Amino acid sequence: MSSLLFVFAHPDPNRSRANRAVLDRVRDLSNITISDLYEKYPRFHIRVAEEQALLEAASTIVLQYPMYWYSLPPLLMLWIDDVLTEGFAYGKSGNALRGKNFCLSFTTGGGSEAYSPQGYHERPITDFLPPLMQTARLCGMKWLEPLILHGASRATPEQIDAHARHVRTQLEALT
Amino acid sequence: MSLGGGLATTVALLSAAVVIVPIMQRLGLGAVLGYLAAGVLVGPAALTWVTEVEFLRHFSELGVVLFLFLVGLELEPKKLWQLRLSIFGLGTAQMLATAGVAAGALILLDWSPSEALMGGLGLALSSTAIGLTLMRERNFLPTTAGQAGFSVLLFQDLAIIPILALLPVYAPLKAQGGVENPHAWIVASVIVGIIVGGRILLRPVLRFVASAHLRETFTALALFLVLGISLVMEKLHLSMGLGAFLAGVLLADSEYRHALETDLEPFRGLLLGLFFMTVGMSIPIEAVLAQPLALFLGVGFILALKIALLLSLARIFKIPRSQATFFSLVLSQVGEFAFVLFAMAKEWGFLSSEKSGLLLAIVALSMVSTPILLWVYDRITARKEKTSSQSREADKIEDESHPVIIAGFGRFGQIIGRLLHANGIGTTVLDYEPEQIELLRRFGFKVYYGDATRLDLLEAAGAAKAKILVVAIDDVDASIKLIDLVREHFPHLKIVARARNVQHVYELIDRNVSVWERELFEGSLNAGTEVLRLMGWTAFSAQKAAHRFRDHNIAMIMDLAPQRKNQKEMATRAQAARDDLAKMMAKEHAKREDSESAWNTQ
Ligand SMILES: Cc1cc2nc3c(=O)[nH]c(=O)nc-3n(C[C@H](O)[C@H](O)[C@H](O)COP(=O)(O)O)c2cc1C
Repeated sequence: MSSLLFVFAHPDPNRSRANRAVLDRVRDLSNITISDLYEKYPRFHIRVAEEQALLEAASTIVLQYPMYWYSLPPLLMLWIDDVLTEGFAYGKSGNALRGKNFCLSFTTGGGSEAYSPQGYHERPITDFLPPLMQTARLCGMKWLEPLILHGASRATPEQIDAHARHVRTQLEALT
Repeated sequence: MSLGGGLATTVALLSAAVVIVPIMQRLGLGAVLGYLAAGVLVGPAALTWVTEVEFLRHFSELGVVLFLFLVGLELEPKKLWQLRLSIFGLGTAQMLATAGVAAGALILLDWSPSEALMGGLGLALSSTAIGLTLMRERNFLPTTAGQAGFSVLLFQDLAIIPILALLPVYAPLKAQGGVENPHAWIVASVIVGIIVGGRILLRPVLRFVASAHLRETFTALALFLVLGISLVMEKLHLSMGLGAFLAGVLLADSEYRHALETDLEPFRGLLLGLFFMTVGMSIPIEAVLAQPLALFLGVGFILALKIALLLSLARIFKIPRSQATFFSLVLSQVGEFAFVLFAMAKEWGFLSSEKSGLLLAIVALSMVSTPILLWVYDRITARKEKTSSQSREADKIEDESHPVIIAGFGRFGQIIGRLLHANGIGTTVLDYEPEQIELLRRFGFKVYYGDATRLDLLEAAGAAKAKILVVAIDDVDASIKLIDLVREHFPHLKIVARARNVQHVYELIDRNVSVWERELFEGSLNAGTEVLRLMGWTAFSAQKAAHRFRDHNIAMIMDLAPQRKNQKEMATRAQAARDDLAKMMAKEHAKREDSESAWNTQ
């Protein structure tokens, strides 16, 4: 049991460069299930049972998204709200996710130097991750090192492709 | 050789009908002309198998009476009201203008005013049987011109009633038996009597008889009703047809309407057939054939007159140009009710038998002319379409063909078209009736007139190059027909289908059409969401409830699809699914509350 759930959340993949490139790179991995949230739930109405079944079947959960406001795109946030319910993901009998790997893979507009005390965003990127880290902990999941592409908007096609390949190798190692 | 005896006569009539009517029908000339020809054949003029024409005609007039009863029965006040403008505007204009000009021409030919009036009125009528059949065959009824044609025919059917009713009142021949012609006040009081009596009595009597559950008694009652009223009217020297029509109208909104219709239909058909046969028998063939010139000029004149008047009326009543020619051709013949009128007019002494014979022959020939005229019309338009589509081909090369075709530009199709247009996606629109065609064109729609279920039209619309076909027509049969056609000839097209109802959805699922949308579902669901809000739900929770309802509803449809032929199974499963939904909604509420309280830790 080493299957991978790749939760993809981009509001407009037709305009995405970075996230789309990653998606295209990992698509044909064996044992991967792609769950394209904005494609499945354009009305922001999530079919909870279906999503929970996907989670249960996976041993590794990857979230792929562009960073929005130091956080997640809204549908991905809603997905966490709706799908990680008490009794399923946490709480008394909530141990469906226990022991699974949890990996963030995201892109940012700001370059790596922007995420430093002297930089534009004044803090290292790791300062923005604790809420999600704690989410993984609460659900008993194993936190993996995030896969991050900084300066995604300005990156050259080569840089983007290099990152996409990197993500692919990392995920391949997990399956 | 006369075959004496009632049985022999009956057999002679039936055999002629059985042989000739289907032949005429095959030739596209219609059953009415078939009966007429059969009458001529067995009557005194040809084989002389049947000679008791007068007796037969009197008997067969019951066919006309039954027909008028059924016309009354089918009169839907709603439809009348909907079409009031075209029925009474266009209908009256057509009747008056045609009758006026035709009567004027007859007066110029030295006919007396009352003869000319009869002639004009009769010639103004068109054939409901021919007109409706042809329009239905070509799917023409839903168009503006089709509705106008329907209205004209309906008005004529209505107009014949007062005309027939007034015949005996003003008859030059005194009614047989030395009785005076009825006074107008007798007519009026009898009519009022029938209406009042009918309202009070008819339904309870029908209910009483129907509750016995004996089908033949009910049929007998229906016949009794019509014949009884006719008898009363006849004894009073009034029109039998008027009485029957009134009785029909009185029962039009009753629950027995359909039962009466189906029970009387065969009698009507046979007796009306017999009536037309007697009309055929009584045409003085020799006298008519003696003046061939008058006959052909007469036919030519009346056709030209009717077509010209209908074309100008089409102008005045804003019937689209492209439909006007067909509209005027399809109504150009003189109709079966002219037979009735002329035959009656002769009987009541308005017309000599020679003149009525000539008129009858003109009517018959005009009816034969319609299929021929349409054949010519089809040839000409086919050629025109060819040349125009060739010139279109030429400019098609520069402006790239559109990726989306929308079949049916009613309320459903229009929204889709406008959404696509607003987002810069080219669409080609197919519809019978793009009323604001110029407007649509200006907005960048490519609009084709015509029936989307025609292969040549789909080709002209670029179906071979398009990517997506939106089937937005409202007629279920046509929608299915179109989809089957497209699947066969343009398998690459992705189909987005408008579904009228769940039954239609299943038809679509059977055809593997994956994108379908019930035309009323989303709108109703939104309205339901608003009701929840007015009941105090917050906007977002109402929205969520609607989303859940939709998911569940669609899942249920898919789940029931294999079961749909099994009524019982359907019903129980549907009930179970509804219970399910209620439970599910409650459960999800509870879950949400659990999730919230789990965070409330110290
Ligand atoms: C609403 C919005 C909020 C954003 N917030 C941030 C942010 O907080 N930090 C950041 O570095 N980039 C931010 N960005 C930039 C996106 O992260 C960047 O455009 C994205 O990673 C590019 O990936 P893509 O090519 O797949 O779209 C934001 C963009 C949008 C549209």
